This record gives sequence, C-alpha cells and structure tokens, in this order.
Amino acid sequence: MKIDKTKLSRRDFFKAGTIIVGGIAVSSTFIPFDGLLFAIERPKGKGKWYGIGIDINKCIGCGKCAKACKIENNVLDEPFYFRSWVEQYTIKMDGSILVESPNGGIDGFKQSVPDEEIFKSFFVPKMCNHCAKSPCVQVCPVGATFETPEGIVLVDETYCIGCRYCVQACPYGCRYIDPGKGTVDKCTLCIHRLDKGMQPACFEICPTEARIFGDLNDPKSKVNEFLKNHTCMVIKPHLNTDSKLFYNALSSEVR
Amino acid sequence: MEQHIQNLYEVLSQVEGFVYPNEIELNWSILIVLYPFITGLVAGAFILASLERIFKVRILKPTYGIALLTALSFMLVATMPLISHLGKPFRAYEIMITPHLSSAMAIFGFVYLWYLMVVLLLEIWFDYRRDMILWANESKGVKRFLYRALSLWTTDISPKAIALDNKIGYIVTVIGVPSAFLLHGYVGFIFGSIKANPWWSTVLMPIIFLFSAIVSGIALVMLIYIIVSKVRKVKLNMACLDMIAMYLFYILLIDFVLEGLDQIHRIYEAEESFEVLHKLVFGKLFFTLFIMQGLLGTIVPLITLGIFQFYKPKENIRKVIYLIVPVLILIGVFFMRWNVVIGGQLFSKSFYGYTSFKIGLIGPEGYLMAAFWLIVPLLILAFLLWLLPPWKKKDEQSEIQSA
Repeated sequence: MKIDKTKLSRRDFFKAGTIIVGGIAVSSTFIPFDGLLFAIERPKGKGKWYGIGIDINKCIGCGKCAKACKIENNVLDEPFYFRSWVEQYTIKMDGSILVESPNGGIDGFKQSVPDEEIFKSFFVPKMCNHCAKSPCVQVCPVGATFETPEGIVLVDETYCIGCRYCVQACPYGCRYIDPGKGTVDKCTLCIHRLDKGMQPACFEICPTEARIFGDLNDPKSKVNEFLKNHTCMVIKPHLNTDSKLFYNALSSEVR
Repeated sequence: MEQHIQNLYEVLSQVEGFVYPNEIELNWSILIVLYPFITGLVAGAFILASLERIFKVRILKPTYGIALLTALSFMLVATMPLISHLGKPFRAYEIMITPHLSSAMAIFGFVYLWYLMVVLLLEIWFDYRRDMILWANESKGVKRFLYRALSLWTTDISPKAIALDNKIGYIVTVIGVPSAFLLHGYVGFIFGSIKANPWWSTVLMPIIFLFSAIVSGIALVMLIYIIVSKVRKVKLNMACLDMIAMYLFYILLIDFVLEGLDQIHRIYEAEESFEVLHKLVFGKLFFTLFIMQGLLGTIVPLITLGIFQFYKPKENIRKVIYLIVPVLILIGVFFMRWNVVIGGQLFSKSFYGYTSFKIGLIGPEGYLMAAFWLIVPLLILAFLLWLLPPWKKKDEQSEIQSA
C-alpha cells in the first residue's frame, strides 16, 4: 500500500502527533503507581542472600555484641543510639512482663525481680532485621536507603536528606538520626568486614555462638542448618516485612 | 548537639516502661504537626472557594477571593516547616530530582507543585487578570509595574477575552477540587500507610485528614473574613456567614463521625496494640485529645452550630459566636494533628512503654519557630489582600453572569 503524502494535511499531522505524544504522556502517569506494589513482590537475591539466626536459648546477656558494634562502627556512645542491643525479658508469676535494656545491655544486666516472683526470664539480642520487603526502604523519599543484591539494607549517608520517615517506618526501632551528621544510621551487617571475608563484629564476639549468619540461598550454609534444626520465628510476622532475622525459642511476649 | 544530647538524657529519665533504645527521641516534632495543619488550611480554603465557583453557592461570594488568597498564602509556606525540619535541608531538592516512587513522601513535591502551580496560581491569575490590567491603568510607579508584571503584560480586556478567562478559571477550579482532595488525602496517606505504627495505620486516615482539613480551612476563611471586614469597617454579610456556618456544621459532623468510627473500630477490634494506645489516650494525650480536640474543638462548635441550624439568635450574638467558633475549630484541628503526629511517637513500637516529648521555646524545633511559620502566611495574606483586594474587583455582577 502506498501512502499518498499529498493528502496528509497539517491537521492530520497534528492529530496523529497529539495522539502519540498524549498517549505516551497519559500512560507515563501510571509509572508512579508501580511504587504501590513494593510490598507485594517477594524479592530473593540470585547470588548470596544473607540471613541471620539468633538462638535465644544460648544468649547469656553479656552485652558484648552491643559493645563490639559500638566500637567497630563508631556508634555514638550515648545510651540512645544503638545498631545492636540486648533486651532482658522477665515474665512474672502474675503474668506481667518486664522488659529492660539499660544502656542497650552493654554494661550487663541485673535482675531486679526476686527469684520467687519470676516465671521465666531470657535475653533477646536485637539488631536490624534486614527485611527483604523493608518498610524503611519502601518509604525513603529519595532512595538513600536501599537493599544490596545480597539482601543487606544500607543507607547512603551522602544522599540521605534526614527526613526521618524511615525511622518512623521501621517496626523494630533499629534506626536513629546521627545528631552530628543529620542523616540516618543503622546496622550495616558490618559489610566492610564481610567484604574482607570476616564476620560482623557482633557475631564474632559472641562467646556462646548465639548468633549465626550466612547465605540463605546456600542449602549447606550455617544459617540454613540453624533454620532446619530449630523452630524459628521472626518478630512481628504479621507486618509481612519478610524479616531475615530468625530467632530460635522466641517467646510470644517478644516484640 | 550537646544541648540535644542533654535533652535526650532528660527524656531518658522520664521514660515509662520499656522503649527500644533508639526510640527515646521523638523524630517528628512540632514542625511536622504544622505541616498537615497548614496544608489542611490550604485544601479547606480552596474547597470553600470552589463551593462558590463550581457549585454556584452565590451567597458565599464575599469570601471567594479571600478564600483563594488564603489558600495561596498558606500554600507558599506549606513546605517550609518540612524543609527546615530536615537533617540535610539543602538536599531537599533530591525529592524532586530523584524521587523514590514507592515512598508516599516522594510524591509530595509533585502533588504540591501541581496544586500550587497548576491549580492555585492559574485560578487566581485568570480570576484577577482583568482587574490587574484595570488597576495597572489606575496606579502609578512601582505598583503599576507590579500589576503589569503580574498580568504578564497582557492587555486584552475585551468581553471575549474575559469570557475566556472565566471559562478557563472554571475549568481550573473543576480540576482543583479533586486536586485539593488529593493534596490532603495524600498527606493523610503519609501517616496512614505506616504499618509499623498502629496509631497511624488506618485506612481512614486520608479521609479523616481530608475532612478535618476542609473544616479547618473553612473556619480560617470565616475568621479572616470577619477580621478583614472589621478592619475595613464594612458590614458583615450575615447570610454569607450563616451559610458558611452551615457548611462548617455538616462537615465537622462528618469529620466527627469518621474519627469516632475509627476509634470505635479500634476499641472493638482491640488488637495487640490496644492496651498501649488505651493508656496513651487516657494518659499523655488526655488533655490534647479529650479537652482540646474533642471538647473545645469539636463538641462545643458542633453543639453551637447545630443549635443555629434550628434556632438563630440575634445578629449581635451570632457575630460574636461566629468569631469564637472558628477559633475553637482551628485549635481543635491543630490538636488533632498534634495527637496524630506527636501521639504516634509517644508509645514504643514494642508496646511496652512510653517516651516523653520535650520542646523548647527557642531553637530550630521550638515553639517560636512554629509560631513563625504560622505568622508568615498571615503576613503574606495581608500583602496579597492589599495588592489584590477582592472587594475592589470591578463589575462583579457581569462576571457572575458570564461564569
């Protein structure tokens, strides 16, 4: 078929042009809505995909992990900035629950409840859950918080605008604003050590090996062995953040 | 920074129960209370203006121009509390340049610009173009230049051109109403979409924010109309005020029902977070929620305006009440924002305890700074009312007929 160019009027040209340009413009307005689907998809790295296991039965509450983290990562010394900390849960005979974490557990714990009033007591080490569907990554307005292909949630502090939306969105209280820098700070799983083939500081220091980490994509990894041999649970599973921090012997009181 | 750390030590000593160690500090302070409050005033004022324009509630004509200029004055300032609150304010532009589209906050810049540039400025420009040309001819010196510049040096005031102005202005308003809904509903979504926070995470949040926004904007315009009339020493248009009061009553009623529904739902479901929220509401939020927002800001205005729907007291009494009620409503909506923003951060996400809120008079997040960002839009409004006085617009009748 031959196109008769002489019959193409200027009006036709503008008509066709408007339809094409307008169509692109209209369809491009749907692109932002892709962002709505963030928490629906379940990402899983193809290579290494780090996961963490913590055995509550093994934790003795020495607080060395919290201290090692502060030293290794130059975390501010004040008792309200932590990338890693330990909580002591005490369930009393009357059913009431006491949770304590003085200075994040760095100085150790003293049991304030008399023995005869205690139903059970245990320690829960806390750190970033490195969620696969991180609410913090989801809400960052500029994309300064991101997930590496290995599943580690990091912050680009040269890019963070300090809006604190991610701090609000983290269900586990793992983020804070560094008052000196004005940007957000959190656990990096000691990626600088991982790169050198070393373990994160809190894992290496743990005297009872209560902390295990490894590649969830490797069936023979330590973390998969841990998950296979223990009944593990994540904190706040109903939030569906796809947390990659799995606890053995997690009591239902822990939040 | 030392002062900041010192404050946090003080807050640490006031923690009740257990909070995660990083939760001592309240991350969003009074400036983030102001942000939804101010954007709400914008959306509400605009919707009052559209009632006149689109829904042809002609009786509201005396407030039309004031409502538009009020919306613009507050809109110009709306981002300032946000930006000055950032840890890195000079990186704020990144939100526009590299928005992370899964973030509700990332869209703010676009919604804001759309509303400011496309809706408000266009509507006001088309509404005032003819007048600016006429005023330019009557003025001298700088003011003349200002009007010329503002009218973008257009000169055509033929009936055809004016008719076109009106037509475009009307279309912009039609686009503007859903935009105003979008603007403020969206602000509610910023909070409502945070699943980690049970005090915020409710699907009703955008709707509640929207209706409280409309209420606050209408109340503000009502107040400004009364004050401006007093200053100009002109008689108040009581029919107009009665009509505004009626809208205020019904929208406040919807707002009250929605917020009540939210709480009833919360109580009936009594989820995991119920206990911590229950203690929060009857403890740290008691004064701001029950007294300021509930009693003063909602119940008293509802009863007063409700009575007016059946029985109208004498004009002098109504005048006084129409001055008091908007103030009460504005206080109530301010504390509604306060209860959402501050209240949502007072309890731990572990649900085992509470931190406390400390705010100073001075400093970047102090009361004075907040007052500053509330006074600036009023100064802008005063300037705009001087420059573009709606009551000096000429030949309003013909404009009404052609619209």
